[in-house]
Amino acid sequence: MNAETNKKLKVSPPLGAGSLVIINYGAGNIQSIKFALKRLGVEAILSNDEAEIRQADKVIFPGVGEASSAMQKLKTSGLDQVIPTLKQPVLGICLGMQLLCNSSEEGNTKSLGIFDVEVKRFSNEVKVPQIGWNQISNLKSGLFEGISENQFMYLVHSYYAPLCKETIATSEYGIQYSSAIQKDNFYGVQFHPEKSSTAGAQILKNFLNL
Amino acid sequence: MLTKRIIPCLDIKNGRTVKGVNFLDLRDAGDPIELAKFYSENGAEELVFLDISATEERRKTLAELVLKVAETIDIPFTVGGGISSVEDVEILLNNGADKVSVNSSAVKNPQLINELASKFGSQCVVVAIDAKQIDGNWKVHLVGGKVPTDLDLFEWAKEVELRGAGEILFTSMDHDGTKNGFANEALAKLSTELNIPIIASGGAGTIQHFTDTFIEGKADAALAASVFHFKEITINNLKKELKTQEIPVRL
Repeated sequence: MNAETNKKLKVSPPLGAGSLVIINYGAGNIQSIKFALKRLGVEAILSNDEAEIRQADKVIFPGVGEASSAMQKLKTSGLDQVIPTLKQPVLGICLGMQLLCNSSEEGNTKSLGIFDVEVKRFSNEVKVPQIGWNQISNLKSGLFEGISENQFMYLVHSYYAPLCKETIATSEYGIQYSSAIQKDNFYGVQFHPEKSSTAGAQILKNFLNL
Repeated sequence: MLTKRIIPCLDIKNGRTVKGVNFLDLRDAGDPIELAKFYSENGAEELVFLDISATEERRKTLAELVLKVAETIDIPFTVGGGISSVEDVEILLNNGADKVSVNSSAVKNPQLINELASKFGSQCVVVAIDAKQIDGNWKVHLVGGKVPTDLDLFEWAKEVELRGAGEILFTSMDHDGTKNGFANEALAKLSTELNIPIIASGGAGTIQHFTDTFIEGKADAALAASVFHFKEITINNLKKELKTQEIPVRL
């Protein structure tokens, strides 16, 4: 995205206190996340600008589509170097979460490496992609404040992060896998909180309150 | 556990919701935004918007509608009707649609499926297939079911999976509008022979029909319009009943 478009998309609240940036690198259903935050009273800033991202209080790292081409887009804009060094709370959603891991079987992709996890494809024992509402269990994080065990979330994905020491929520689809992970200031959710009704909105709210 | 999905379908013409009986006789069933909000708050797993006027007019109206829907509801939705290019899809996804469905345009240009899957990912590519039986063989039909083709339903379905479709929305023209139940035999065959989710469409009339399509038809999701729009079945009652039949649902 060029500077002029960036400027156009910028919304009125100044950067600094309370600002939230959605990383805009051309691979995500950004509009839906923006609207979900707007329903919570937060005007998000869409940006791929390093300075703007670093200044934000919170960063959302979205992603849909294919891993290697999304990674390529991050590299083109230099964001692959920026994201791993961020200090504020960062929430990776769907492919965004997968790209926070070491690598993905999808397109044999080397990704950001924040989580020492290899993202794998579901086996053909189950229908791929998984599409629909599945439960999240074994919840272990402030991100899930007020969320009951086995809450339903909307998921759509063909690849998954296996269980690991950073797992903070699990789901079952043929196998048990990580539907959410956390390490330091980095959070990743495989489900789409922006599309998961009131419980999803609660998770976004929890992230804003971290 | 992954649950079965109940999907109300909103047929859109000139910005209003309509429901065709056998795709021809149209009746007005309300404002799409209001209806979408109602369903999202009352148990629908996702929604499908099908613009039946799109081939003749106004891509812009549809794009604007998508933006309003995305702003209003917090569950996923699919948009279909007259979508024939990567550019069409890009606008709709950018405006907040989660998935798009392609139908006639995919038959005319199957490569479109590959292009959409590689550019946007399989997860947002639904291929809608309308078919009816001719001399005992399921044949794909185009233009809202009006134009028959030589394509066999099952062969076409396998091809679209190979080309990168993430999901198939199968409407039986023989069942649509009849309220006599879904085409469960064909659905079960699709579900067994393919490894992507199958949405059953056409024929919903009673709660039992949904039970049957999930059990006998092995469907992953069931789509209906008028039974929901005219409140003959409420989604919550439907899902409670499915649960008593041990069908996994989100309740």
